[in-house]
Amino acid sequence: MNYSLLLPEIFLLLWTLFIFVLDFFWDKSKTHSLGWLSLLGLGITAGLLFGSGKGNLFGNMFLSDGFSFYFKLVFLSAAFLAILSSIDFVKKIDKYRGEYFGLILLSTLGMMFLCSAGELITLYIALELTTIPLFVLAAYLKSDSRSAEAGIKYVILGAISSAILIYGISIIYGLTGATDLALIQFSLASQHLKFGALGPALIFGIIFFIAGFGFKLALVPFHVWAPDVYQGAPTPITAFLSVASKGAGLAAFVRIFFVSFNVFQPDWVMIIAVLASLGMILGNIVALMQTNIKRMLAYSSIAQIGYILIGVVAFSWRGISSLSFYMFAYLFANMGAFIGAITFSNVTGSDEIKDYAGLSRKSPGLALCMTVFLLSLVGIPPLAGFVGKYYIFASAIERGHIGIVIIAILTSVIALYYYVGVVREMYFRKSEKEFSFSIPFSLKLALFICVIGVLLAGLFPTPFIDAATQAAQVFYYW
Amino acid sequence: MENSVQSAIFYILAAIIVCSAVLVVTLKNIFHSLLFLVLTFFSVAGIYVLLHAEFLAAVQVLIYVGAITVLLIFAIMMTAQIYSPALRQSNQQVIPGIIVVGILLVVTLTVLGNTTWRVSEKLPASQSVNLIGKSLLTTYVLPFEVVSVVLITALIGAIIIARRD
Repeated sequence: MNYSLLLPEIFLLLWTLFIFVLDFFWDKSKTHSLGWLSLLGLGITAGLLFGSGKGNLFGNMFLSDGFSFYFKLVFLSAAFLAILSSIDFVKKIDKYRGEYFGLILLSTLGMMFLCSAGELITLYIALELTTIPLFVLAAYLKSDSRSAEAGIKYVILGAISSAILIYGISIIYGLTGATDLALIQFSLASQHLKFGALGPALIFGIIFFIAGFGFKLALVPFHVWAPDVYQGAPTPITAFLSVASKGAGLAAFVRIFFVSFNVFQPDWVMIIAVLASLGMILGNIVALMQTNIKRMLAYSSIAQIGYILIGVVAFSWRGISSLSFYMFAYLFANMGAFIGAITFSNVTGSDEIKDYAGLSRKSPGLALCMTVFLLSLVGIPPLAGFVGKYYIFASAIERGHIGIVIIAILTSVIALYYYVGVVREMYFRKSEKEFSFSIPFSLKLALFICVIGVLLAGLFPTPFIDAATQAAQVFYYW
Repeated sequence: MENSVQSAIFYILAAIIVCSAVLVVTLKNIFHSLLFLVLTFFSVAGIYVLLHAEFLAAVQVLIYVGAITVLLIFAIMMTAQIYSPALRQSNQQVIPGIIVVGILLVVTLTVLGNTTWRVSEKLPASQSVNLIGKSLLTTYVLPFEVVSVVLITALIGAIIIARRD
């Protein structure tokens, strides 16, 4: 067996433990600099990832393929940006700064296992490893009652969603006697051939899977926790939650549904299509009424997952390729928008949209960056979001799903209104308060990376789409 | 004959589990809730024995009945005002909750009752401990190791959340 496939994960784990230990000996007033060390660890992990080959370990338990490679890069980038934007933020916490970075790394490790898992037990445990650090991180500002509320809500709903998922797993195990995704597919397909329809139990199991993952993805109607948790959690964590945690759930979801349940695709594609449409409609309409930028971005991310799921509804090789690309575009645009909000609230202490008035005069750079991110989230050319939306709509039209594309385009118009609302505040309103802007280096760097990402993927999408296509080739049989 | 005895035991255990679980979430005194939780855990261990999973039953007793219960007792004793009469186990959502659970129960029963489940032809292993140990360190070594990372995460997280600043 080729254990070197696990090298990136093993390295990241050791590096995380190293950070935890180092935290004891570090000068207490300088522990925020452990963030730079965490970034180095993430960089080396990405390097090892490029070096590691493709293959399976322990049967199908750990799959190292193009799909997992692509998503691991997304998670590592998201963790990189989250930590980079936290370095300035953690100075506000007096204690446990090293652990803050360590927990982000542990969650990233869980995501890496999650998108590589080819077996349900491994997958479930990886999911727990992904979410448990996030529970703690959401409640990290102990003195802030909103953060505590976010932590409690997230723990309770996370536990319930895990229970639902486990119940689904047990039903599928009862039907097939297997936890290996490929074996489940084989068993279900052969039973399907032998007896015809498999009866309601399979649908029941699939619905439990959708509900369990629906919580992780903040899919309507399983989204109610998201705005409160997103608002209460420390903003870098919110950014990480909205991108990486969703991406991890999505990767596992795609793997289970495209490998194990592919034969029953007509049964579940309709459910996903309805939920995705609901997400786009409800997320965008409720986002219109928000006055807090974190809540607005929370609802916008509820809508964005709807757009991403169109790639699943298309149920084709191009659908996966387009959702992978969309994830990449969403990573930079959404992380960027949150990092902009972090920068703004570090200076002003406010997350209210009306306080953004006049930002273009006080900090033209920050206002411009925010504009780029928000317009990319709407999907205005030539930014990454446009290419992502175009490609994902094309994949759905190719398979004849015109209705969902029409809903997506109509709701994008609604989205334009509230995203541009922030831009209007920044450029066309005068500010009442006076404050001077000085942005710390780490946040400048994070904003810069995000802008470059959004522009690069928007202007020269070909290499990125090629990479996404290679990721989708894992599911080559369509 | 043996089969009917087994099903009788199963139904008795299941009835105990359901009744005591309902009592856990409805009783006013939290200490009594805890005692019924212990009973629930014990009966689950009984079901494991019925399924010839003796090792699992022993683990269930050790961890749930032993460790977790002791932990909960400590938590109750160390929490101030936990016996306050102002504490309630229910809220205004109890009726919608019962309705939803009732519908879910009926749907689940009809769906699961009308399904042919896959039954393994293999006899239960006589020495399950050996097999579990072996497969934990061969086939399932990856999840087994990842679980240890999950545990350390939970430990670190608990310390961060619970320790006083």
